[in-house]
Amino acid sequence: MNTIWALTGVVIKELYRRKDLYVLFVLTAVITLAAGSMEFFHDPNIVRYVKDLCMLLIWVSALLITITMAARQIPAERESRTIFPLLAKPVTRGQVILGKFLGCWLASGTALAVFYLFFAVITGSREHYWPVLDYFQAFLLQWIMLGIVTAMTLLGSIVFAAPSSTVTILFIVVAGILFLGRHLNTVALHNAEPLRSLIYTIYFIIPHLELFDVRERVVNDWGLVNWLDCGLAALYAAAYTGLFLLLTWLGFRRKSLT
Amino acid sequence: MKKIPPGWLMALLLTLCFTLATVFVPRATWWNEVPRAADWNKGQSAANNVFKLLLGEGRRLFANEMFDMADAYFHSGYYPSIFDQSVTEHDVADPAEGKTEDESSTSDDFLGPPPDWLAALDRQFVPNRHTHLSSGGPSGHVSEVDVQEILPWLKLATDMNPQMIDSYTVGVYWLRRLHKPEQARDFLFEGLHNNPGNSELLFDLGLLYDEDFHDASRARNTWLAALRCWQAQGERARTSVDGKRLYDNITMNLAHSAAIAGDWPQAAKYLEMAKQVSPYPDAIQKQIDEAEKRMAGQPGTSKP
Repeated sequence: MNTIWALTGVVIKELYRRKDLYVLFVLTAVITLAAGSMEFFHDPNIVRYVKDLCMLLIWVSALLITITMAARQIPAERESRTIFPLLAKPVTRGQVILGKFLGCWLASGTALAVFYLFFAVITGSREHYWPVLDYFQAFLLQWIMLGIVTAMTLLGSIVFAAPSSTVTILFIVVAGILFLGRHLNTVALHNAEPLRSLIYTIYFIIPHLELFDVRERVVNDWGLVNWLDCGLAALYAAAYTGLFLLLTWLGFRRKSLT
Repeated sequence: MKKIPPGWLMALLLTLCFTLATVFVPRATWWNEVPRAADWNKGQSAANNVFKLLLGEGRRLFANEMFDMADAYFHSGYYPSIFDQSVTEHDVADPAEGKTEDESSTSDDFLGPPPDWLAALDRQFVPNRHTHLSSGGPSGHVSEVDVQEILPWLKLATDMNPQMIDSYTVGVYWLRRLHKPEQARDFLFEGLHNNPGNSELLFDLGLLYDEDFHDASRARNTWLAALRCWQAQGERARTSVDGKRLYDNITMNLAHSAAIAGDWPQAAKYLEMAKQVSPYPDAIQKQIDEAEKRMAGQPGTSKP
């Protein structure tokens, strides 16, 4: 376990050495503050559009940080040839995968916590009330979702040739799932066989990342999601994360490093 | 080549920034300026705002999206997507159009029962009940003031398409309901600035003067202007359902205003005009008879 934690620590340190987080955070802060400084009909209490925009920026930034960070982990080790001394420690390939995954997931969680803290301060200062538990639940669900994305990206980095192609493909896949995932069953019903069965199969196979998107609820003050439903969603996420990590390990185990 | 010292470069950049600021600040102020009452009939038919500068005429494509966003906010996010087979009515516009605020409209249960376990689970994480911000919101005890959250989208809709009259009328309705008559008046001025002589906006302005500013004389004059503008419209606009409804509203309000002033012949004249388009001619005939009775009771008056 110590080996895995050592690998995890290296990845987390990488997060604050690189400029991605700072640039995205400043961009999010500047856009949110600029939107917040606008006043409609001389009413300073209008706040939901600012919350909506800030949440959207947090989602985009978190996905950017997670995918770009996870996509370069294994290819960078191979390119700089540090993978050889690493595996000679001795560290198994499974431990490398687990360490990289945990590092990326914890690092994205840290970045996400910073973003949510900013979100809570900005909205709290305008709304004058602090639904901390709602924000915590939204953060937790998004972080769980980032776990699936991290595992998917690690698998992509084993399958695809370069980090750039991994990042591009993963962005298309994740955006596709987030925008279309929950509507695939409706689309399937409007198609004839065999297309209907095919779309329905895709609907049940893909990891439904949009399950963890509670932005609409947070922005419109719908209150907390039942914790039991959150637990079910977490189990669903754990299953997919485990599956992707297993596939990554299987792929990495047979992969030539030279 | 001789290297320019960084101090000089900095001074040069500052000078450039200052020059650009002096050029752009007055222009930027003008882009977002709210027109004054005196401007609203100057014949300028397009808003010269920042969206026009950035998007050109293409900005009009986004206006409907902004209006839909206002409606989505009105429903606290419970709103059909393009994949949901549902005819979307804009509930946010219903009260402004004189309809009752119906809780069970077409967008009530567009989702239907969940088709599978995944959809059932998904619905726990999204807004899943039809509510209106004006009547309690999702929790049932949101104050009516929260309906203000729709206003930025209506303002953006008018910025995107200054000729979208519905955005002005709906915005003005909710501003009035939020007890912001000054803001409603400014918004109407802006609408009239972009749509000179629009009878619907003039009618709403008259209503605002009458009910919120309690200025009957200004209201009457505005409605008279609305009537003139309505009559100056083309045949098609006058014979449309909305056109007739507007004519009915203008003439009925003018009749009511004349009746309050004790000018019964004028009131009867406006009622006769309203009767031509009203869906309830019998009810209006009764009012005409009443006005004629009053007229007969007044010394020195004759039947119009």
